[in-house]
Amino acid sequence: MKLRGRAHKFGDNIDTDIIIPAIYLDTTSEEELAAHCMEGLAADFAQRVKPGDVMVGGLNFGCGSSREHAPVAIKAAGISCVIAASFARIFFRNAINIGLPVMVCPEASQNIQEGEEIEIDLAAGQIKNLTKGTSHQAAAFPPFLQEIISAGGLIEYTKKRTAIP
Amino acid sequence: MPAAQTITQKILAAHCGREFVEPGEFISVQLDLMLANDITAPLALKEFAKIGCERVRFPERVALVPDHFVPAKDVRAAQQAQLLKKFAIEQKIPNYWEIGRGGIEHTLLPEEGLVVSGDCVIGADSHTCTYGALGAFSTGVGSTDFAAALATGECWLQVPESIKFIYRGQLRPWVGGKDLILHTIGEIGVDGALYQAMEFCGEAVSALDIAGRFTMCNMAIEAGGKNGIIAPDEITLAYQKNRAKRSPKVYASDPDAPYARTIEFDCEKIEPQVAFPHLPSNTRPISRVGEVPIDQAVIGSCTNGRIEDLRQAAEILRGRRVHSNVRLIIIPATQEIHLAAVKEGLVQIFLEAGGVFSPPTCGPCLGGHMGILAEGERAIATTNRNFIGRMGHPKSEVYLANPAITAASAVLGRIGSPEEV
Ligand code: SF4
Repeated sequence: MKLRGRAHKFGDNIDTDIIIPAIYLDTTSEEELAAHCMEGLAADFAQRVKPGDVMVGGLNFGCGSSREHAPVAIKAAGISCVIAASFARIFFRNAINIGLPVMVCPEASQNIQEGEEIEIDLAAGQIKNLTKGTSHQAAAFPPFLQEIISAGGLIEYTKKRTAIP
Repeated sequence: MPAAQTITQKILAAHCGREFVEPGEFISVQLDLMLANDITAPLALKEFAKIGCERVRFPERVALVPDHFVPAKDVRAAQQAQLLKKFAIEQKIPNYWEIGRGGIEHTLLPEEGLVVSGDCVIGADSHTCTYGALGAFSTGVGSTDFAAALATGECWLQVPESIKFIYRGQLRPWVGGKDLILHTIGEIGVDGALYQAMEFCGEAVSALDIAGRFTMCNMAIEAGGKNGIIAPDEITLAYQKNRAKRSPKVYASDPDAPYARTIEFDCEKIEPQVAFPHLPSNTRPISRVGEVPIDQAVIGSCTNGRIEDLRQAAEILRGRRVHSNVRLIIIPATQEIHLAAVKEGLVQIFLEAGGVFSPPTCGPCLGGHMGILAEGERAIATTNRNFIGRMGHPKSEVYLANPAITAASAVLGRIGSPEEV
């Protein structure tokens, strides 16, 4: 599957309070969470995102709280994939668990700038910067995570394992 | 004989029925306890319903703690807390606490003896790493992880490498667990222990009371750590003596256990620390803080809301007045601590000093309620995060410190040390 969209670029240590401030944690509504995504840094982010767009972060993306509302907000805002130089661990596992594609690629994280057109081949781990004509290879997922991803997230994976008829 | 292992490896191995696990390996562990709160549980229960299994696998291993937005700050918060209560009743989950019996999850669960040494615990809250102070493996996960664990009693994990932090020498006056961990995060950065176990040891750690150890492990996540851990000793066992609901199991790292790195600190050189906005790694020793006027001081949270913390604050506030420009908000972490503070006369000291004393809640720590900052306001707090907008307006600021520095700052009207009041 190929994903295509414009890049929204952010820096290092983007924390979960920036991604979705705690005052909005009184809901589980995806639309509401999406509407306030990244509000602290870019008040108009939710309006700017088009379905399929790509979020690019630096080091330690998603650090801070365990709130799954963060990847949920990003996904519901229309972001198709998050690329970062590295991810904070709870954000990373939450993204995998809810089926938000994430790619670890320091090179792409440096190279890609705001507004550039990006094409991603998830299965191959390939990130193409169509604006610059460059291409980057993301780190492969370990087989165990591949299984959760191909099951469509942890809930589907668990369903299979608990084999509830 | 299996190869040498760290305490973290040993606990994880024991919870997947093995003698040895290797860093980097993916395993599925049997959980002794899993927890969620009024923010993370609602999302988890939505996901749990999708799995389609009707009953929680081990109701007695589940803890549901309404703590973030309680006493309910508004209707929506009330609705969320209500979901936990209904689910606890429906699924016969015994570990649910109404207001007046509970408190902040990470202080409450050890107090209730629901976490013991040697346990393997996950929580849908990042500061679940707190229980490492008891020599347990505990780590924060997300809501979907918690949902899956409700169904299976298990969780997937990657075995972490460990970093060994050795704290040598004696602590200086007014330096405690908070300062050691802030200093450490300042040295290694907010991703300095990404995906790794942070093992704390050395004579300064052995000399810390259990409260100081909880504070250190609580903030392991602030360096990106998967868990913080301190091997149990007499202090750990004494704390659990009349609390533990199961028998503690004591594990220790083998002398030749593998570490990704070892970092040593000379505690004689560590002053009380203050983390400047907007990262916990932005630390400075108190002597280099300069003139920073404050509008609010908050003493509480799962980091520093224990009775030992309140006693320290009271020592400074006794017979003094909070500066006229400052709001001082003191929040005990649990009902037990609240009661102890009343009995010991601490509450009177706080009130006479011109502070307010709140029932247990996370409250302002995450910008929920009970002390939200306006645009441009500045707070010093004993909490664990100073991210942009963490305590209110995106243009407000949070400075992190220990309870003594925070109390002294409330009196001074600017960030300062107990020696100055
Ligand atoms: S006190 Fe603060 S850090 Fe601790 S659980 Fe509550 S919100 Fe989280």
